[in-house]
Amino acid sequence: MTKMNMVEAIREGLKQEMGRDESVMLMGEDVGHLGGVFRVTDGLQQLYSSRRVVDTPLAESVIAGSALGLALTGWRPVVEIQFLGFTQQCFHQINQQISRVRFRTRSSQNVPITIRSPFGGCVRTPEFHSDSMEQTFAQSSGLKVVMPANPYDAKGLLAQAIRDDDPVLFLEPLRGYRLITGEVPLEEYTIPFGELATLREGSDITLIAWSAAVPVAEKAAELAAEKAISAHVVDLRTLVPLDEEGIVAAVERTGRCVVVHEAQATAGFGAEVLTLLQEQAFYSLEAPMRRVTAPDTPYPMPGIEDHFIPNADRVLSVIEEVMADQ
Amino acid sequence: MPGDFAPQYQPKAKAVAPLAMLGENGKLKRGAEPELSDEQALEGLRLMMLGRAFDEKCLSQQRQGRLGTFAPIFGQEATLAGTALAMDPARDWAVPQYREFPVQYRQGIPMLSLILYRRGHPDGGIIPDGVNVMATQVSLAAQIPHAVGLGWGMKLKDKDGVSVVFFGDGASSEGDFHESCNLAGVVDAPVIFLLQNNQWAISTPRAIQTGGSDFASRAPSYGFPGVSVDGNDLFAVHKVVSDAVRRGREGKGATLVEAVTYRMGMHTTADDPTRYVDPAERERWGKKDPIDRVQKYLAAKDLWDDAKASEWEAGIRDEVEDAFTKADAYAAPRAEAIYEHVYAETTQTLARQRAAHLGGEG
Repeated sequence: MTKMNMVEAIREGLKQEMGRDESVMLMGEDVGHLGGVFRVTDGLQQLYSSRRVVDTPLAESVIAGSALGLALTGWRPVVEIQFLGFTQQCFHQINQQISRVRFRTRSSQNVPITIRSPFGGCVRTPEFHSDSMEQTFAQSSGLKVVMPANPYDAKGLLAQAIRDDDPVLFLEPLRGYRLITGEVPLEEYTIPFGELATLREGSDITLIAWSAAVPVAEKAAELAAEKAISAHVVDLRTLVPLDEEGIVAAVERTGRCVVVHEAQATAGFGAEVLTLLQEQAFYSLEAPMRRVTAPDTPYPMPGIEDHFIPNADRVLSVIEEVMADQ
Repeated sequence: MPGDFAPQYQPKAKAVAPLAMLGENGKLKRGAEPELSDEQALEGLRLMMLGRAFDEKCLSQQRQGRLGTFAPIFGQEATLAGTALAMDPARDWAVPQYREFPVQYRQGIPMLSLILYRRGHPDGGIIPDGVNVMATQVSLAAQIPHAVGLGWGMKLKDKDGVSVVFFGDGASSEGDFHESCNLAGVVDAPVIFLLQNNQWAISTPRAIQTGGSDFASRAPSYGFPGVSVDGNDLFAVHKVVSDAVRRGREGKGATLVEAVTYRMGMHTTADDPTRYVDPAERERWGKKDPIDRVQKYLAAKDLWDDAKASEWEAGIRDEVEDAFTKADAYAAPRAEAIYEHVYAETTQTLARQRAAHLGGEG
């Protein structure tokens, strides 16, 4: 075990998978010589050659679209889209082309592509760099959506993503790239998709979060504990496939639920989680379930983004309201 | 030219003359050096005739409500057959749009699959093992990036295959065309961009697709050649695409081929071109029929006559009818098929939704 931040853990995962399987290649803007604008791929081109770590022109649609063709010739492309906001330039390729190859050909073709992209706010990036859009891709049937919150999960889920025979969107919390550290095994391991992680056992209320919102939920749980509220915290880790049974069980044990995410409220993935619970855990509920999310406004200028993104204090106040609701 | 830029910065005033070999009279033009043997010319003729007969049958079925919307190839047979003949199905990839039946067929897609596809059956998308063809593409230009990846992927694996991607003058206006040409030029991908300039994108004429004088001349700015060819000339198309394939195999990279042809039929069966096509223009192009001139060429060599024509037409009719008989007998899709092949393994969510919809275990 070694202490690593998110960037180091993801890089370690990429390095190991490239060493294990010669068909794994990396492609994207600035990923080669520079090692990525966040240095996630630092040193990998020197290690694995410019044939397998490729700097591309600045053209997201053909980056994603050519990965589809590369996959059909036996490569396992790992694509970096520099910021999640830029996936809108290749949205068609991800949402309708890559996601549907298996379905449209009845599995006679499949495209094992991993699309990595940092997302999320509160790092003072310029406009159009900070959006959370996971809910949009959760509707891209055929695509898996993976959102690790910590270095251990990032490495293990990334290895699973690269080995997976289906396309995977792998979203990395930009805010946690260097801030979040943890112990990571140096040996290879994978973490299966569709299994949530319980981060904190509790009995009064269940907090559900993923990726960048997980540390917010954990912090809120600490603050709640100071007020004698025992919060149970789960990290979904993958939105598609979704651990439906795990979510239902986590809420049935407390009877109360708050979902936290960075994306806007309307049609956010929290709505999906709460609908699932309404359908399957309704008779266990002690109080109405709630969401803490960004408001339905465009992502604001960095000078006020801290007011846009949910923080632990906002989550705590909603926890207290739900606890007071009898 | 006061107030304007110097001539070297100006666009070309005239389109590149398309390369042509076989005249409308069935005679080779002076200096033409076709690569097609008589045997290959016959194969090309059969592909063209089969393509036209298949469309005629499909059109009749569509008008009877027994087949869905589809895009006929009428008039473009030589572009498709000439290109298909220049490809090696064992190593080259075809990336079709939706108007390329002869190419899909020669690369190894059964006629039955095309019928099932046009009837909306999910199994129409199945690509047989070892067949280097991508699924029919209906979203304009979206397949062009895939072809760059295919060519590039083969090159990175030190294979000598090429990919050939089909699209039209309309699709060339999409951003994916530009991004794809640009990347292909950067990585020297062995891709042949087969632009079928059939003069129409539904009702939008070629003059509204580009302010340039032609499409082929775009290629040099991406770092590879662009060639214009008479798309109704089987010999010329085959020659140009063969040269492009050789370039690709030799590691020289991509080629843009502009096949100048004409959509004699409708965009799709949902379209009514009489609302916008000038009948005189259509009549002019009708005289350039790609099948007619190859038959004249072969007749002059005593390889084609009325008896042969009747024999071939009967054989082609039998092949088409046989495929439709198989399609008629093919089991209708089950509702369960909606839930299959979404992922390698089903998910809890899909299992639950399937059970709620169709019963059984969730």
